Amino acid sequence: MSALLEVKSVTKKFGGLTANKDISFAVQEKEILSVIGPNGAGKSTLFKMISSFLRTTSGEVLFKGERISNLAPHIVARRGVVRTFQETTIFKSMTVRENVVIAHHLRSKTNLLGFYMGSRRAHIDETEFRRSADEILEFLNLSEISGELASTLPQGHLRALGIAIGLATDPKILLLDEPFAGMNHDETMRTVELVSGVRDRGVTVLLVEHDMPAVMKISDRIVVLNFGEKIAEGTPQQIQQNEQVIEAYLGSEDDSIGL
Amino acid sequence: MLLTSRFLAVVIFFIGVFVLVPWLIEVSGRWDFYYTLTSVALLSIASAGVWLTFYIGRINIGQGAYALAGGYLSAVLVTQYEVSFWLTIPLAGLFCAVLSVLIGLPILRLKGVYFAMITLVLTEVAKLTALALPITNGAKGIVSIPLPGELSVFGMTIIPDFSTLENVKLAFYYLAVTLMVICFAGMYRLVNSRMGHLCRSLQQNEELASSIGVNITTLRITAYAISSFLGGVGGSIFVAISQSIYPTSFQVADSINFMLNVFVGGLGYVFGPMLGTVVIYFGWDLLFQTGKFQLLIYSSILILLMLTVPNGLLSLRLFKWNKEKK
Repeated sequence: MSALLEVKSVTKKFGGLTANKDISFAVQEKEILSVIGPNGAGKSTLFKMISSFLRTTSGEVLFKGERISNLAPHIVARRGVVRTFQETTIFKSMTVRENVVIAHHLRSKTNLLGFYMGSRRAHIDETEFRRSADEILEFLNLSEISGELASTLPQGHLRALGIAIGLATDPKILLLDEPFAGMNHDETMRTVELVSGVRDRGVTVLLVEHDMPAVMKISDRIVVLNFGEKIAEGTPQQIQQNEQVIEAYLGSEDDSIGL
Repeated sequence: MLLTSRFLAVVIFFIGVFVLVPWLIEVSGRWDFYYTLTSVALLSIASAGVWLTFYIGRINIGQGAYALAGGYLSAVLVTQYEVSFWLTIPLAGLFCAVLSVLIGLPILRLKGVYFAMITLVLTEVAKLTALALPITNGAKGIVSIPLPGELSVFGMTIIPDFSTLENVKLAFYYLAVTLMVICFAGMYRLVNSRMGHLCRSLQQNEELASSIGVNITTLRITAYAISSFLGGVGGSIFVAISQSIYPTSFQVADSINFMLNVFVGGLGYVFGPMLGTVVIYFGWDLLFQTGKFQLLIYSSILILLMLTVPNGLLSLRLFKWNKEKK
């Protein structure tokens, strides 16, 4: 099995601070891979470099063998590597449905002029996007609130909306930024199912997360970061028994890593 | 229902500006109103451009620079190269669009108040450039610009030579209003097309927009270029009306007024700039009676408007079809 996404010796320095040091791992097609680590381990930095929101200091990220690091974010998105944000990043003054419809932009085959002139192609696209948006909303159980203004949604729905926006772009690999943060147990379990559902649609998932029980439940493989370095990689079982990982999390509650 | 009432509104508007207004002026003999209304139409074109930059989430206080640039281009081409005035209208627009791409590439990366500050400087820079360049004739400006000549296509006269007309003011009025109608029809189409939706996505969250594959740089620059195009077109016709242009023809105060027009009309409504321009222009003129208190009353009213109707006059939804839209 060849890797879909490869992170190769990626390093990021902010002035004197090394946020990521020589990190390498690979994401296989149709797997759910989680990147975990204590606060300040450099998870978010890594995440931003993969989606080209940050430039790497050295090293590169490959998608299907082609470099995608240090490009513009929209180009990376067009290749099929799409990130989601934490809950506050949505189009606030649009309705839920409008949010998802606009996110279909990537699939559009028309250029700006075509949009403007309302070409036949643009019309066909638009109809298709509405249908597809409704399907995605249905899939994420958001159909009932599709007419609501996005700024009025509770947190759980916002997270789902973020995933809906990501799905609308028809990604090959979806990067989820802390999809379970700030959720209670029930919400987390629902979202875990959602993310598994996303994978079942054929989308590879790479997620960055704090919530250990959820990560252990959902992931095929886990990469652990600590102080900017990769300290372990393996299946949830392997990670749970890894001494370095246990050490890194010492001081936090034992059950937080499922022990 | 929605479609017919909107259609009706358009018809009433057309009858109003093309028939009713000239007739009222004829009857009342207030010929000076032609000049006022022509100005309003032209200013609203430039304001529509400013509105579009607001629509992508940028505060634009630099439209005066493009109006001045467009005006000078038209004046120079007409007086020194004997180009037809009619050709200089699109040329002025294109010149400003190209200029705005060059200026926009670096400055559109800025957001909020930083972008606003830079655009504020642009008008002053344009004025100083006009003062310094030999082709613009410095502070003396370019004067006695001939009236627009005849426009003919394949030997057919579409627009007669303005100097042969009995009523030049009426001709300019028709010209300005026609262009305003075209401009706002185009803007309406833009906002309701997918491109308008993308502009809104940009206004609300640029990061998210780029993560769904929107080329935010291109879109920002396209919108800014359209905006400046409208500024240039407005400026070029102003020059033809006043038959002169000076470095002070468009100043920082004008740039701020363009922005005010947009604010007062409503940032969320395509036709906001049109209403805003009418209200601001006539409001200021009406207050002339109050003498030395003019500025005080004017500013107080503006502050009150900002406080009570922050989304602009159109948010009051006085019109029926606006309610149905909701």
